[in-house]
Parts: sequence; structure tokens; C-alpha cells
Amino acid sequence: MTPGEPSNAAAQTRASRGTFFGLRPVARKEFTHILRDPATLFFALLIPIVELFLFGYAIDTNVRQVPTVVFDESRTQQSRSLVQAFAASDTFHITRYVDSEPAMYAAMRSGRDRVALRIPPSYARNLQLGVTASVLVLVDGSDSAVASAAVDAATGIAMERSIGLAAATSLAGAPSGPAIEVRPSVLYNPATRSANFFIPGLIAILLQMMIILLIALSLVRERERGTLEQLIMTPITPLGLMVGKMIPYGVLGFGELCLILAIMRFIFQVPIHGSLLVLLLMSLPFLLTVLGAGLIISTRARTQAEAFQLAMATILPSVFLSGYIFQISTMSALFRAVSAAIPATYYIQIIRGIVLRGAGIADLWINTLVLTLMGTIAILLAAFAFFRQHSP
Amino acid sequence: MSGPKGLSNGEVPPQGVSQPVSAAPVIDARNLSIRFGDVTAVNDVSFHLDRGELFGFLGPNGSGKTSIIRALCGLIPLSSGQATILGMDVHRHAAEIKRHVGYMSQRFGLYEDLTVQENIRFYAAAYGLSTQALTLRIEQILELTSLGPYFTRRVSQLSGGWKQRLALACAIIHSPEVVFLDEPTAGIDPVARRSLWDLFFELSAQGVTFFVTTHYMDEAERCGRLGYIYLSRLIALGSIDELRRQPEANPPGASRINLEAPSIALLLPRLRRFPGVREATIFGRAVHALVEDSALEPLHAAFPQLSIRNLQPSLEDIFVTLTYHIMKGEQG
Repeated sequence: MTPGEPSNAAAQTRASRGTFFGLRPVARKEFTHILRDPATLFFALLIPIVELFLFGYAIDTNVRQVPTVVFDESRTQQSRSLVQAFAASDTFHITRYVDSEPAMYAAMRSGRDRVALRIPPSYARNLQLGVTASVLVLVDGSDSAVASAAVDAATGIAMERSIGLAAATSLAGAPSGPAIEVRPSVLYNPATRSANFFIPGLIAILLQMMIILLIALSLVRERERGTLEQLIMTPITPLGLMVGKMIPYGVLGFGELCLILAIMRFIFQVPIHGSLLVLLLMSLPFLLTVLGAGLIISTRARTQAEAFQLAMATILPSVFLSGYIFQISTMSALFRAVSAAIPATYYIQIIRGIVLRGAGIADLWINTLVLTLMGTIAILLAAFAFFRQHSP
Repeated sequence: MSGPKGLSNGEVPPQGVSQPVSAAPVIDARNLSIRFGDVTAVNDVSFHLDRGELFGFLGPNGSGKTSIIRALCGLIPLSSGQATILGMDVHRHAAEIKRHVGYMSQRFGLYEDLTVQENIRFYAAAYGLSTQALTLRIEQILELTSLGPYFTRRVSQLSGGWKQRLALACAIIHSPEVVFLDEPTAGIDPVARRSLWDLFFELSAQGVTFFVTTHYMDEAERCGRLGYIYLSRLIALGSIDELRRQPEANPPGASRINLEAPSIALLLPRLRRFPGVREATIFGRAVHALVEDSALEPLHAAFPQLSIRNLQPSLEDIFVTLTYHIMKGEQG
């Protein structure tokens, strides 16, 4: 038997039955829910701000194996020996050698390297002449803990070698000062304020917590109250429902992001060195990803309490394994792999890069791409899981 | 025969389904079985509903009523058997069927923080109604359900009866030809219940086919036809008169009688033990009993204080008897 051609009911309906059918009514309804409940809206926006103030201050961490770029203009046995001393220390990890100043700064700006060691052409000659030989140590100050540890370690190495050299040359006449002098220069965050380092990362964490929770609860609430049962009887498609739910919470998250950035800039006085527009644009893929994560949680959780627990469970790894507190480069291979699977890892690099180092699209496009992929996959997974649960 | 004209604009006559309308059933279920793992929720159930019919579906909780509705709406797969709605296979045309079917559960599916209007408009948009169609449709719906004065009220402020009316309004906003009602009146007062049923009849007269599950016998008695499902099997199907005439409901050589006496409750245990008494249940100040004809005389002699008269089996009597019948069959 063939289905009856449009009966009067069907004749009244629009022909649209695309993949995203139902998106607009769901989004409109969800906006109404949000606006109808100003208390929840207020707290949803307020809590991240309160936490920003609570956690916006320093947490000190151990610093090891800081990625270091070397610009050796001297190219002598002496200069290589100094680089060796840096490499041998636990603090520095020599990742690459460059042969120009722009290349050195580019490595720093992209965030690949945190320290640059620049040995001037005159280094070996000055040593031989018994004149103090200066080397430049550039430190990325956007991570205050790394910055101060790197400066201390570099000064220490220089001092040690000066004493060694002094002992070897003492017979030939005492030099007037230390043989090697480290001139530290802190880039990006000259005052090495820890707030500058932690607040951009905190924004990622707070944004994630707020959005995952709100969107997961909104879908699970429908399941608990029985409206989902009614929704799946309508022609709304899983993707229409998912994306329809995402839009209002995405808008809410974006608003919160602007609010927190304003607080960071004007209350915590953290300057944004890069382009604000690029930062806002690059935040969209992160919003997409956390919205998707919230939706996945909502397909797993039966009750709001369960959704709440699952949402909280995503927070701890995002705090400890995303590079927010502990340097990723010092983690074991296993945890590095875990950290590569955490969206916050990529977003924290984006937000720190732009805010502290003035990084741009050229430095961060990979992060943006990864987040976009992660977000798309998460949404498709959630829609698929939902489809599987609610259709034969 | 005309379609559910009054429900829609009235301009568009139903096509396709309209020609063989009297012949083709609106719902045709053949040998439905639904299994969840090892559990058989529905076992070999067959029935069909004609246009405009109001079909009552009864059975204890967990007997498979909701599973059948969900399967007919294409939400869970059939393990075996075949079902069509308006000629469309419920599995293959699940998406299309959704546009022709309304569904209302005892949980209502309303958004309490939204207004009556917002709920109606949301479901209308969810079914893809165009703006022009909607304006007209909302007028009809408000007239039908008398929800007009509450249009801008939040749902959380409505009483149970009005919530139910709104739930019905949302369930039929897209002018469905078939409406599934899963215990639609659970937990509301008798007056609201009655007026909701009047609405069902009004729609049914316009050609809408209703499939209603209920636990209330008075509601069941208002249905044109009934099905009774027990232990996943459909054990009775037909009009009330047909059910009354079933041999299982009226075992040969036995009669249903009404026994009255002061403090009848005290007599109940003795009555139940009396040889030849098959069933005895208290109804108010009387006992309804199924008694073998040969036991009638001894009963009279043993309890001279009882006034006895013959009784038509009620729906409940029929279902209880059928249930005992099955239970004995399961045991033996």
C-alpha cells in the first residue's frame, strides 16, 4: 500500500523536512526558557565571574624542561659549550636552533618555545680577552612561574661557568668581573604577573563549566519532565533538536565570554596583545565543542543529578591536564595524549597566545581547526546517540 | 464519507485515503510482537481501527499498552508482525506517520514555564505549520478547547484539567487523523475528565480516530470498541455487548448475582468459601458474585438474610473473569 497523498493535515504543513527540521522552533523555545527564568540566567552568568575573582590569582608550579630556542651567532666551541650547559640542566630543553632574530621571535610568539638563548658573535672573543661576555636570555613572561624559574636557572648556569673559567685563568691574571653575564629579558608579561597567566586559562575552564552544564541540564530536564517524549513524536529531527538547543546556549556562552574578557582587561588589568576579533572568532569552535560535549552528556544522563556529575567530571581533566596549571611538556607520554584529547588544551593555547603574546591566525590556526573538528564530531555523535535511543 | 473536515480548514478534502475510506482501516495491526531482550512485552496482538472510531485499550500496568502505542508511532521496533497507519507501514514510514498522528501522554509534555500560547505555537512550529495555517488553526483549537481566556497564562498556573486540554490542543494542532491517548485522564477530577471525553467525542465525530488507554471502567464503557491486554496478550476485543456475550465472561451453568444484606462485608469470607461460588467482590453495600446455578438454592438456604437478584456482568466483571481464566490456563 502506498502512503496516502497529502491529507489535509499534511497540506497545511510546510514541505521542509531537512536534516535540521525543527531547529528554529526549538531555538526560539529555548530562548524563551532562558529569559523566563531570570534567576537562573543571572546565576549562570554570575558564578563564573565570582569564580574568576576567587581563582584569578597565582598557583605556583614546578618548572622543568622549558622548551628553549637557541640563536647562536658566535658558533664557536665556547658558545656550543654554553648551550650544552643549558641543555644539561633540567630547566631547559633545547628544541631548535635558529639563525635569525625574526625566527627567534617567531618561535617565541607562536608559543612553541618559552625561552630563547641568544649568544652574540663577540662571545668567544670576549671570553678570550677576559672581558665579560654577555648572553641574552629571552623569557616568555606570559607564564610567570616559568619566567622566573628560567631567569634564575640561566643566571645560575652563567655564574657556575664564570667560576669555572675564573679558576682556570686565575694564573694568567684575575678578570675584572664575571666572565659570563646573563642579561635576562622578559617578553610579553614583563612584570611576570601570575594573574596575566592564569586568568586567560581560567576563562576557558569557566566557560566550559557553564556551557556544558546548562545545555546538558536543559535536555535532561526535558527527559525528566516528559516533554522529550512529546518532542520525539513530532517531526523534529535529532540534528534539528541538537542544533536548536545549541544556539541559545552558544549565544549565552559568547555573552559570558565577552563579559569575562572585559573583567580580565579592566579589573585584572591584563592587556590583550593580539586581536580581540580573532580571539572572539577563535572562541567559536571552542564553544561548539563544549556545547557538543554537553549534548553527549545529555544523551547519557537519565537525571539532572547524573548530568551534573558528568559535567563536573569533565572539569578536573580540563584543569589539570590542559596546560592550565601543569606544563604539558613535562607530562608523561600517556598524559600528553590525554591532554591532546581535551578541547580546553587547544583553547587555552589560543587564548593565552592571543592575550599574552599577541599571536595571530598564523600561529593558532591548527588549534582552531582541531577544535572545529572536535565540535562537529561531538554534535554528530550526540545526534546519532539520540537517534539510536529514540528510533527503531 | 468525509474526512475530519471540521478539524482543518475544511477546504482541502482528504485525498488518497478518502476513496477506500470505509474499507481500509486507519490502524491495522497484525500479529504484533515486541520483545525487549528476553522479555516479551507484546505477544501476537492483532486489531484494526476504522475511521472515526474511539477505541479503548485496557490492561494492568506493564501489560504492554504503552509498548503498542510506541511501536505504532514508530518509536520502538516490532519484533514480528506488521502494522500500518493510514496505509503506511509504521516502520518504513515512521517519519511521515508522525505528521498524521497526535500523541498525548499522562505526563502531558507541556512546558510549564511557557504560556498556553507559547506551547501551542511551539508544537505548531514543531509540526511545520505555516504562519497562515497557524492563525486559523489556533482559532479553531481555542474554540474547541475553550482555552481562549487562558491564552497568555503560564502553564504552571493552570489546573490539571486545563493542562490536559492544552496537552490535547498541542497534540492535535497539526490536525492529525489518528490520536493516541496514553492514560489521558490519570489523576484529574471527574468533571474535568467528563468534559475532556466530550472533546474526544466531538473530534471523533469529525472523523478523528482515537486509540485511548485507560484504567477507568466508566471511560472504557464510553468507547465504541475495547481491547483488553493481559500478560502481553490481547485476550478480549470487541464492543461492550460483544464482550458481554463472550462465553468466558458468562460461564455456562453459572450466573452473576447481586447479594445484599446488612454488614455484608462480614459475610464475604464465608461466601467465598461456599461451594459453587466462583467469584465474590464487594460493591458498595452489595456483593457481586459468580455462582454456579446448582449452588443458588443452597446459598438461599444457608443465608436467608440475603436478598439476591440477577446481574448483568459489568466491564470490570468481564475483565476480572477473563483474567482469572487466563491465570488458571497459565497454571494448568
